[in-house]
Amino acid sequence: MKKPKASTKATSKVEDSEAIWVLYLYVAGQSPKSLTAFANLKKICEEHLAGKYRIEIIDLLETPQLASGDQILAIPTLVRKLPEPVKKIIGDLSNTERALVGLNLRPVS
Amino acid sequence: MAEVFSKSRTGIKGLDEITGGGLPAGRPTLVCGSAGCGKTLLALEFLVRGATLYDEPGVFMAFEETADELTSNVASLGFDLGDLIARRKLHVDYVHIERSEIEETGEFDLDGLFVRLGHAVDSIGAKRVALDTLETLFASLSNEMILRAELRRLFRWLKDKGMTAIITAERGNNSLTRHGIEEYVSDCVILLDHRVTEQISTRRLRVVKYRGSLHGTNDYPFLIDEQGIVVLPITSIGLTNEASDERISSGIPLLDAMLGAKGFYRGSSILVSGTAGTGKTSVAAHFVNAACQRGERCLYFSFEESMSQVVRNMRSIGIDFQRWIKYGLLKFHAVRPSEYGLERHLLTMHKLVDEFKLSVVVVDPITNLTLTGSLGDVQAALMRLIDLLKTEQLTSLFTSLSHVSTGLEQTVVGMSSLMDTWIVLQDIESGGGRTRGICVLKSRGMAHSNQVQEFRFTDRGLQPTKSLNEEKAENGRLK
Repeated sequence: MKKPKASTKATSKVEDSEAIWVLYLYVAGQSPKSLTAFANLKKICEEHLAGKYRIEIIDLLETPQLASGDQILAIPTLVRKLPEPVKKIIGDLSNTERALVGLNLRPVS
Repeated sequence: MAEVFSKSRTGIKGLDEITGGGLPAGRPTLVCGSAGCGKTLLALEFLVRGATLYDEPGVFMAFEETADELTSNVASLGFDLGDLIARRKLHVDYVHIERSEIEETGEFDLDGLFVRLGHAVDSIGAKRVALDTLETLFASLSNEMILRAELRRLFRWLKDKGMTAIITAERGNNSLTRHGIEEYVSDCVILLDHRVTEQISTRRLRVVKYRGSLHGTNDYPFLIDEQGIVVLPITSIGLTNEASDERISSGIPLLDAMLGAKGFYRGSSILVSGTAGTGKTSVAAHFVNAACQRGERCLYFSFEESMSQVVRNMRSIGIDFQRWIKYGLLKFHAVRPSEYGLERHLLTMHKLVDEFKLSVVVVDPITNLTLTGSLGDVQAALMRLIDLLKTEQLTSLFTSLSHVSTGLEQTVVGMSSLMDTWIVLQDIESGGGRTRGICVLKSRGMAHSNQVQEFRFTDRGLQPTKSLNEEKAENGRLK
């Protein structure tokens, strides 16, 4: 498993620039929940968005001033910046079904 | 001996008196009440006063209103939030979660909130924190178990950081707060209440709990006026006032003569009662006039007539109020009693008495105040007012309208026991005409006349009627 680094890190595999997904994952240090969330996010993206996503990890312990901009309260929070509209998913993404619904990758059944 | 924990002054008028010095320093205090009772304002004023009076910067976490909304809401109270924010004395963070935008997918915590709060506290060196209203989180997040655990951690965190904090919460049906937050904040709980009885609203404040400290336990009325919150803990004033030996003239030679030829005691309370049209206001006016002639300041509460009406009417008996108003010796406060609640009247009186260096206060008529509350309330309020005036060594004169049906000497409010001197004016029918009589029913601590003296009003004021014959002749001429 790839651990999220403390600094802002981009993982990009751009193929189709028009349909690129920009995802911010807000964490506070390397807590188990954050690590789980990153692993789950990676898995979901590889399965459903292979090659057209970018994940940025924002560690609020380092950049606390970024928390208010996206109205972050809960950790971890995943914010889908693109495509619009902005979506927020809180929790460690262990419930894959709900995560997919939250990301609009699967219609509500 | 165990160390007594320190208190943090709120700077809110009256609240520090009730709590014996303020809120517990470095601990959270819960302020609960239903919608519109003043929770947000109390929390915000706590921070504003802390920043301006005690050099303690504060962080306001707003869960309901944005910083701009808050700023404009309290601008009318003279709080310049923008300036405080610019001077880094205050930090306002608007916390908002739109539930519809959020999907919950497993384990989470509220570290984001902690990070924001911690960052805000550190960036301005805050000593005070207000969370308004934390409970909105219960509407935003569905996982109540996580939320409760995190709230417990938050209050622990606030204590560890040494923050004096106010947490506001909505009143619940059977509990203090809707979501049982009082379970986590156990040091100090303040309850606010807003009641409307007989169309007059009264706000009340009560300290439900204050661990390790004495505190007033009554329901204290409070007001939100143009300078913020004012709590009225005036019942604490007791019977400790100094009694003066100085005598001052009533402005009426006849009445002075009846009062042992010297007049009233300075700092005493005087009641002038009588039926309609017996000249109560005129007697009060004489007293005010005499005080102004001595160069003393007077405050005239008029509950029945406007200022210009009183001024015009008194000119007819040779009293020129306009002059005293111009010299700044006389101040009128004319307002309908039903304009606002009794507490607000009392507070207005307090403030005017404080602001204006006074020696005489007239309330004309006091009976109209009974329109604004129950008899018990009015009596309690009057007692507080008289106590206040006596502590300040002010001489007060109250007029009271009595009804013929309830007897000439009955005062509606039953307040004669609060008064030192009681003067009764009455109508006297004699020989097909009417004349007026004045008598002193009681006057504590002085010899006084027991006669009913006849008098009439002339363009030189109140004059004793010399004899019946002369009076008849006068009447005849008038016809």
